[in-house]
Amino acid sequence: METLKQGAIKVVQDSQTSVATVSASQTTATAVRGLETKNVHAWFGKHHVLSDVSLQFPERTVTGLIGPSGCGKSTFIRLLNRMHEFIPSAAMAGQVLQDGQDIYAPDVDAAAIRLKIGMVFQKPNPFPAMNIRENVLSGIKLAHLKVADHDAIVESCLTRAGLWKEVKDRLTATGGSLSGGQQQRLCIARSLAVEPNVLLMDEPCSALDPGSTLRIEETIKELAEKIAVVIVTHNMQQAARVSDFCAFFLTDGGPGYLVEADATKKLFTNPRDTRTADYVQGKFG
Amino acid sequence: MSTVVSNPQSQPVAPQPTTPWKPTRKTQFTGAFSIAVVAIASFAIVLLTGLAGIDGFGLTFLVVFFGATFVRTKRLNPKARKDAMVGVAICAASVLAFFPWMSIFVSVVVKGAKGLQPNFLIENMQLTTPDDELNMGGAAHAIIGSLMMVLIAAAITLPLGILSGVYLTEIRGRLTFLVRFVVQSMSGVPSIVAGLFIYTTFVNYTNSFSGMAGSLALAVLMLPTVARTAEEVMKLVPDDLRSASYALGARQWRTSLMVILPTVRSGLTTAGILGIARVIGETAPLLLTSLSNNSYVFNPIGGPIGSLPTYVFGLLQIGTENSINRAWTGSLVLMLLVLVLFLIARYFGGKANR
Amino acid sequence: MSVVPSFEATPEQRELLVIYNRADRIFRRIVTSGALTSLILLGLIGTFLFVRSAQIFNDRGLRFITGSNWTAGSGDGVIPDDFSIGPMLTGTILVSVIALVIAMPIAICGALYIEFYAAARLRKLLSTLLDLAAAIPSLIFGLWGVVLFTSFGERWSIFLNSRLGWVPFIKVQAEVFGRSPFVAGCVLASLITPIITSVSREVFSRTPRDLIDTCYALGSTRWGSIKTVVLPFGRSGVIGGAMLGLGRALGETVAVYLLLNIVFRYNFRILESEGGNIASLIALKFGEATEYELKALVAAGFVLFLLTLVVNMVAATIVEKSTRRK
Repeated sequence: METLKQGAIKVVQDSQTSVATVSASQTTATAVRGLETKNVHAWFGKHHVLSDVSLQFPERTVTGLIGPSGCGKSTFIRLLNRMHEFIPSAAMAGQVLQDGQDIYAPDVDAAAIRLKIGMVFQKPNPFPAMNIRENVLSGIKLAHLKVADHDAIVESCLTRAGLWKEVKDRLTATGGSLSGGQQQRLCIARSLAVEPNVLLMDEPCSALDPGSTLRIEETIKELAEKIAVVIVTHNMQQAARVSDFCAFFLTDGGPGYLVEADATKKLFTNPRDTRTADYVQGKFG
Repeated sequence: MSTVVSNPQSQPVAPQPTTPWKPTRKTQFTGAFSIAVVAIASFAIVLLTGLAGIDGFGLTFLVVFFGATFVRTKRLNPKARKDAMVGVAICAASVLAFFPWMSIFVSVVVKGAKGLQPNFLIENMQLTTPDDELNMGGAAHAIIGSLMMVLIAAAITLPLGILSGVYLTEIRGRLTFLVRFVVQSMSGVPSIVAGLFIYTTFVNYTNSFSGMAGSLALAVLMLPTVARTAEEVMKLVPDDLRSASYALGARQWRTSLMVILPTVRSGLTTAGILGIARVIGETAPLLLTSLSNNSYVFNPIGGPIGSLPTYVFGLLQIGTENSINRAWTGSLVLMLLVLVLFLIARYFGGKANR
Repeated sequence: MSVVPSFEATPEQRELLVIYNRADRIFRRIVTSGALTSLILLGLIGTFLFVRSAQIFNDRGLRFITGSNWTAGSGDGVIPDDFSIGPMLTGTILVSVIALVIAMPIAICGALYIEFYAAARLRKLLSTLLDLAAAIPSLIFGLWGVVLFTSFGERWSIFLNSRLGWVPFIKVQAEVFGRSPFVAGCVLASLITPIITSVSREVFSRTPRDLIDTCYALGSTRWGSIKTVVLPFGRSGVIGGAMLGLGRALGETVAVYLLLNIVFRYNFRILESEGGNIASLIALKFGEATEYELKALVAAGFVLFLLTLVVNMVAATIVEKSTRRK
């Protein structure tokens, strides 16, 4: 485990990316911080949809999951916060480790896991029965968390999501009065309120216009200064802009599998696999 | 983080799908065992405190179960504990909801089976009093009367309901909203008011109570059900079908009659059958229109006619042991008829979806 | 060289006329008249009931609704006819409200259980049982109520009276329990629960899946997601279902007839063994009514018709609005 972690850091230093200012203290950490999957598979009934994915998502990095549709990227990301199991015929194999602990162990509280591993969905979906302030606080209320200062939390989460300036005067307006991009940032703020270590994002910008997309990408980069972000995206340019590492998924008609995962710059300029090269050059997808 | 796996087929051992989030055998067994323990504990408490009956047992069981859940969730956080307690409450309320209906199903079968002898289905009550033994007399006249009235009502209602459906889906004129609203509102007309209406019109006009009057009252009650189901079934026909027909130059009446209606044939049958199931057990309107009769009546306009609901109702009012038994048997036959109608409707409904 | 099309002003829209040929015109006329039958029928019901009973309203006016006697006169003018539905009207509302108050929480919990707690196979079984329960004729509810439920109702009434007997509407004058508005209300509650449960369940099942997923993604429990998303979303649908149930209870005849002692006295004590509703009044008095009494019964039916019509129209609007909005 330790060598792998040092290997990842080595990769970062090799490719000279400007992100991930991995401090020295991390190399001396005793437990693996962050998310990791080992040989993870997924099924829907007898249908094998995801095959043998082993990836790491270190703290304070942004990882992009790219690949054509139908490769199981959304299924994979839902395995990371135990949302996959809500589908009646779902099944999985392998381990998903958070800070070294398997989140699928028998006595694990799934709801507690989801507090630490948050998720933002494709379509912005603020709760319609609540106003902006209540939306941000909804996670705290749902989790029965004791928080001293609600206003401080609302302000800090909306600021981190890049929305505070725009809504600070109308916190009691309904979520529906915001534009699509603003709603999505509200959803991000809502997820941040419960202080996750990892934020999963399933194509968060695909329903938004380019202006909102750019603002959310800025938000993602700011968020990565504190937490890990995993983002599924169909937009390769977005992956190139936003992520430190990328994982490329593919399917041959059978289960989806991981082809290659590497630092983004390297994946896009000098990938190891020819299929990766073809994909990032737009030859298919 | 530089893992490269290029060929998924090179796995030595194929992994098996697992569902680690589902309760294991051990947890399921523990769960079942604890329910049994709670049941035994409740039983003991009931014996000790003398709380009577099944409601006493149920209440004790619930209280003990709440207590057990509270103890079991001691180590969890308050939100999970609340979730568990609310889960128990919702479960308990659902049991309370279904219990009377299950009790009705079971008691109708158990108590009615006693009198379900061949004579019940063959003989009428012309020569027997309600208090006679169960192997005398029967409800054949009532069954025939009910079936006759319901079929006449269906014959009146089905065409009107289909016309409603065609209007709402094909013609979609200016009155669409009004028709739909009225149909929905009419489904709430009390059955006795329907009977009263037919009494003040048909019965007064023809100066007699008859099976026809009963049929008309039932038709008033059936119409909203049939019209609404017909509309729903016809709304399911995809617009492409209509477009194809019009594009071929067919006129509206041809499209409706020769393309749309045949497509929904089984759905319309379902509509009719559901309508029949709705009214076959109605008592109140028949008390004012067709009254009741102890012998066979085959003429719809030949005076009062027997029917299953009025048969059961009359027996109930007499209240002796034998008449109540007969009433249960009559109810059993009524429920069996409703069940059969439901099964037929489900069969046709399944065909409509194919 | 301009490629942009230029015109001085937006052209006027042409009127598109649809002219049907003779066959279609006949077809449309037949279909429209068929569809209008329900409208006409509703109007006819109201009209005939009113016309037949107009004399009663003329003679007695508002006293018909507020008075509390139902005495058939002796015919020779010595004892006058005195017909009023006051206690029956309040009784109708009392029994129906009791039924609704009992049925609502149970029906909502039942719908939540079927939709969110039950496993797939159990859900299908419970749905079928629910549909069958909705089809049980009210007569059988009455039979079951009289034969099997009354003893339970009596026991609970005695218990309620002993613990809460100081509350005005729970104390009783005569310690005879068993045929009270409470007992009838319990049986009626069981009668109307299927329809409220079905409508509620229908609404709950249409809650947008991603709102529920979002709740879980925020670390919520099952009840948390129900409270935060499902219940607010389904509120109007559930209210519509409740009003449908209320409408059904208001017009219920045989179950009330069999379970309640029909007494002509204003009674708001729910454990007292007296009461009645308009529908059971009509059923009771119809058989031996005089000519004038029949008119009074028709008038009573007219009042009931108006009452249930209003309730059902409100219910129809609410249900229509909730289905259209989602």
